[in-house]
Amino acid sequence: MALWSSSTTISLSKNPNSSTTYPKPSLFFLSLVSLKLSSFKPLTSRAPPHQPLSIPRAASTTPSTTPATSFHGHCYVVGDNIDTDQIIPAEYLTLVPSNPNEYEKLGSYALVGLPATYKTRFIEPNQTKTKYAIVIGGDNFGCGSSREHAPVALGAAGVVAVVADSYARIFFRNSVATGEIYPLESEVRICEECKTGDLVSIELAESKLINHTSGKEYKLKPIGDAGPVIEAGGIFAYARKTGMIPSRTA
Amino acid sequence: MEDMDKIKVQPKILLQKKPNTSEPQKDLGRSGFSSSSSTISIPKCKKPISKKTVSVMAPQQSERRPATTGSVKTALTMTEKILARASEKPQLNPGENVWVNVDILMTHDVCGPGSIGIFKKEFGEDAKVWDREKVVIIPDHYIFTKEERANRNVDILRDFCNEQNIKYFYDIKDRSNFKANPDYKGVCHVALAQEGHCRPGEVLLGTDSHTCTAGAFGQFATGIGNTDAGFVLGAGKLLLKVPPTLRFVMDGEMPDYLLAKDLILQIIGEISVAGATYKSMEFVGTTVESLTMEERMTLCNMVVEAGGKNGVVPADNTTFKYLEVCLADFFMDCSSWLRIKHLCPMNQFIVMRKQVMAYFLASRFLSEYRFDIPKLEPMVAKPHSPDNRALARECKDVKIDRVYIGSCTGGKTEDFMAVARVFLASGNRVKVPTFLVPATQKVWMDIFTLPVPGSGGKTCSQIFEEAGCDTPASPSCGACLGGPKDTHARMNEPLVCVSTTNRNFPGRMGHREGQIYLASPYTAAASALTGYVTDPREFLQ
Repeated sequence: MALWSSSTTISLSKNPNSSTTYPKPSLFFLSLVSLKLSSFKPLTSRAPPHQPLSIPRAASTTPSTTPATSFHGHCYVVGDNIDTDQIIPAEYLTLVPSNPNEYEKLGSYALVGLPATYKTRFIEPNQTKTKYAIVIGGDNFGCGSSREHAPVALGAAGVVAVVADSYARIFFRNSVATGEIYPLESEVRICEECKTGDLVSIELAESKLINHTSGKEYKLKPIGDAGPVIEAGGIFAYARKTGMIPSRTA
Repeated sequence: MEDMDKIKVQPKILLQKKPNTSEPQKDLGRSGFSSSSSTISIPKCKKPISKKTVSVMAPQQSERRPATTGSVKTALTMTEKILARASEKPQLNPGENVWVNVDILMTHDVCGPGSIGIFKKEFGEDAKVWDREKVVIIPDHYIFTKEERANRNVDILRDFCNEQNIKYFYDIKDRSNFKANPDYKGVCHVALAQEGHCRPGEVLLGTDSHTCTAGAFGQFATGIGNTDAGFVLGAGKLLLKVPPTLRFVMDGEMPDYLLAKDLILQIIGEISVAGATYKSMEFVGTTVESLTMEERMTLCNMVVEAGGKNGVVPADNTTFKYLEVCLADFFMDCSSWLRIKHLCPMNQFIVMRKQVMAYFLASRFLSEYRFDIPKLEPMVAKPHSPDNRALARECKDVKIDRVYIGSCTGGKTEDFMAVARVFLASGNRVKVPTFLVPATQKVWMDIFTLPVPGSGGKTCSQIFEEAGCDTPASPSCGACLGGPKDTHARMNEPLVCVSTTNRNFPGRMGHREGQIYLASPYTAAASALTGYVTDPREFLQ
């Protein structure tokens, strides 16, 4: 808890222009909002009409005095072995993630490769952002190619965290290195218990996920040393923040 | 900040060697990793050469003689040895995070522009890469397409290579005729091997998951993302976690209807698509020793399909014979001490069974899998996962729409030779469209020039034409990963395809509802002849 508090405290004072590897409005905005307005995120305002918008319990789990990172929003549920071709099909890899315009565009194609068996679209037609801030998956999430476009596309679409049973190595590493999304591991198969559209909260400091729709709580595996790196906005931003590499003079 | 300064200075240390020790000069090379192994085998060996445990070498470690290094209780696995050398540590353990000096960084047109973007953003617009001779840039993914962004991405690579004076850039300017581009190679993993960038004992990182292919050369090779690549471009090193090793022992004579693809599909089916996540996969045994370099590349190519961090085959005479050919030119103008050092002890790297056994007994493996290869049968991976293993003959009722031969996995010269062998044996024509995409320009040349054994001097291209195949296409990654809509042989409809490529996830070759059966070139060719998934023994026996 102490570790988390301290890491988030640093993020309060960070200059958003100096650290993020990619333009990352969603995560930055989100962390600010989470600190100032308890756990209510902009994403909840885009909730489908049938979902209750106010969840008092989520607000109370993160008292404003504790600057712990928490995420709140609707979840999109997928199965095992979601490979990078499903996260971002190869035909869109001509988009260069480090180019801000193309970064946004990449986000609009996130998870477009899922087979037709997924009836609910991750991103509505003509939209560039998803209304699902949290993706819940099974085993071996992000397997396949080393394309960094995969975590970037999810992040650019507005995803803040993926919760899966396990990850493919390169996807996990790319998620941390870019700081695009939190790749969190669950202790039980949450993907079989949550449904797309459920309202969930993640309390990072307590390593838990709460499904407000079902009222159930799940334990997550601690994110460990990767947490502060993602919090900082990626490996370069973290290295600068902690003095491992010099700050840019420019 | 100190760390960063260190990063910039350290690479020099590798070259500042004091050659004048009491040991004879020639011993430097082969004492490489004996610090760890000789304590386990015989310290004062009668045959000095046999002190060497196969395959990996660590030039700078020779300064540390075994007797002076203190106690080394456990022999390192091959991957550990390579990483120990690259991180300048005498000993390391799986799970340890170490800063590894990178020998080669490879990138291509899909991930290169993004990596360059990060490099420029983080190190500055005027920054220079850490070593212009260690960055290898190979456009190969989306080349023969009209998509403007894809074409632009190759231009970005070219501008960067010009600006940085990158030595190894395999450019293509005239897309209408690849043969007009002498520098153009094609699929990066095959080109890396053919151009001599895969060398035993070194560390190769690439912005492509199939970078692990180079493990066939006894090299540590793994795929990384753009951000990590951007870091390596500037710093020349990367923080890597030392993976524990899974050992795969394959013994027995390879039946002549099997190829390395069958072996790796068998292994992935055995351990699943996540069975080797974060781990190194080491391939040994008499079968592996009998495999050619291209077959070893197939084996290592697909370790990532089991989640593996890297795959590795001990370097031996087969390795060095291959290197002698592809490094002939390189040898002539090679000025780097390090590289010469890597090539000098060739003759001392002959595998000696006894030594190999001593090494294996002493090394620590997480677990070991044994395969009796003569008992295996031709294998496929059914849709939509590379671990969805089945025997080819079990799928004989699966009707197919097309066959695809190509990619870093199944588009090498020997893969096409294998296809030609089946066509030759059958004498029939294919029943479904059969697409041929050579991996590189060299493979393309081989298809049109090399005689197929037993054919009375015919080339692969002649045999393919007689069998009614599609004309061999321009070398590139092609439709293996779908790519832009106008990619040659891309599955734009929900078809069933038997493919010599590496992945069969939904949408991999284009259409989301397409079905891909991964198979060896033998099985793919046999299937082309019948229009059903077919065991190649129907034609080869």
